[in-house]
Amino acid sequence: MKNKLSRLTIPYVIWMALFVVAPIIMVVIYAFSAADGGFTLANFAKMGTYAVVFTRSFKLALIATLICLLIGYPLAYIMSKEGPRFQRVAMVLIMLPMWMNFLLRTYSWMSILENNGLLNQLFQKIGLIALYNNLFGTDLQFFRMMNTQGAVVLGMVYNYLPFMILPIYSVIIKLDPSLLEAARDLGANTFNVFRRVILPLSLPGVLSGITMVFVPSVSTFAISKMLGGGTELLLGDLIEQQFLGGAYNPYLGAAISLVMMIIVVICMAVMNRFGEGEEQAVMM
Amino acid sequence: MNKNNSFLNRLFMVLVFVFLYAPIFLLIIFSFNAGNSNTVWKGFSLDWYQKLLRDRLIIQSVYTTLLVSLLSTAIATVAGTFAAIGFYAMRRKVREPLMTVNNIPMMNADIVTGVSLCLLFVAFFNGWGTFAAWFNSLGLFRLPTRLTMGFGTLLIAHITFNIPYVILSVGPKLRQMDKNLVDAAMDLGCTWMQAFWKVILPEIKPGIVSGALTAFTMSIDDFVISYFTAGSSASTLAMTIYGMTKKRVTPEINAISTLLFVTVLILLAIVNIREARQERLREKRLV
Repeated sequence: MKNKLSRLTIPYVIWMALFVVAPIIMVVIYAFSAADGGFTLANFAKMGTYAVVFTRSFKLALIATLICLLIGYPLAYIMSKEGPRFQRVAMVLIMLPMWMNFLLRTYSWMSILENNGLLNQLFQKIGLIALYNNLFGTDLQFFRMMNTQGAVVLGMVYNYLPFMILPIYSVIIKLDPSLLEAARDLGANTFNVFRRVILPLSLPGVLSGITMVFVPSVSTFAISKMLGGGTELLLGDLIEQQFLGGAYNPYLGAAISLVMMIIVVICMAVMNRFGEGEEQAVMM
Repeated sequence: MNKNNSFLNRLFMVLVFVFLYAPIFLLIIFSFNAGNSNTVWKGFSLDWYQKLLRDRLIIQSVYTTLLVSLLSTAIATVAGTFAAIGFYAMRRKVREPLMTVNNIPMMNADIVTGVSLCLLFVAFFNGWGTFAAWFNSLGLFRLPTRLTMGFGTLLIAHITFNIPYVILSVGPKLRQMDKNLVDAAMDLGCTWMQAFWKVILPEIKPGIVSGALTAFTMSIDDFVISYFTAGSSASTLAMTIYGMTKKRVTPEINAISTLLFVTVLILLAIVNIREARQERLREKRLV
């Protein structure tokens, strides 16, 4: 019976071969091709000139991931201690912004962070800018926030924070309450219960949160373009430029994409390794 | 669990929610602004909504977005359900490598998926151009020699990244199903088709529905993959918005945001109220 049913996958396997595997093979072929079609490693050598972009991408994505973790973990933990009704509403509230396109959410920050934007207006009103000028002897009319790396990180954190909260929350909420009771009965105080029971058991959620924030952050191009003003180029922008932008060079673009794919594979491998170990620990 | 949060904990929670919602509410407020600014309030008006409804580019892209999302969701749901059943019936050794390939579009960075499909389409169109030129020289009938990316490629890309989500949510339902059910149905004289319609389908229906919903959301929300696969002839709403933010700031975007936000809010409210009601009904039945 089973073998007959398994034939149902044949159309999808063909589809995957055409539109999942073949495109990746194309990326690999292009990454190792010169414009005249011959084999070359020049595309990878050329990446050296963009080392700045690589380090900037990693730096900003790591900072954004860390901030998301520092906000997301406590939030997930605090939420899990509230009543079920509250939790339900809170979950909807966290997911709701994700349903709006990230371009719209990023766009709203543009008008908040502008030189004469809402935040600067607020700082002006409460006298923060005057205070800063007095303290440091400067003569600022506004704080420059748009087109900075800080703005790009803010955009990443704002857009991807729910991706950190959700997996951590779903792991914490499933923790067996009797484990916590046992720890308390055996004399652990609140801090120790957290450090020795809740934290290690919620690690799979943390790892998948980190991946879910880091991968889109390191590969974004719209956020950096909108909030970084095109001055803070990231890996995603670099790829986009090679395909649709002025610097048309699909060979270099494919090579950078290949590197990006390897980054994702490494993230997944790390996650799977720790994730499985943790699952076993839970089962034991 | 310990059910008391201190005042500081609650304050932290409130601050995070303010952080998440303040920008959205600002967008909504300034969509009713009379002036052409997102920072200075010039009085109430509905001008931007009127402008929005008259903007042909935006109406056209909303239409494209809905069409591509609905079509790709429908196709991906059917294809994904069959594929999931097939995977379920497979031996583990064959299934696992295939599932790994299936997971690639979900795991990979969007930009890599988009770029790789873009490369494939361009390479295929080049090959097709050569083939069509040769075929036309035979003089049978004419094939178009120049194909470009457009709605067709956009649809293929959306189907490709939607199917894995359907499989992901149908798969577990299949595994929860009692294996003997299908055999029993067949023993009692069901044909394959009947067993599928009367036994398997009702069992996995919740998985199919949630898979379709996820796929639809992914499609509506996608920008990056569409951006690389739609070419210049088709434009989704997200692509149009991106174009608008690049050129000049226009409060029309605020009006779009407000309309989208209200739609999502209503949909989520309906879903949640229904779920809550069903839960209550279930509890009553148990009592």
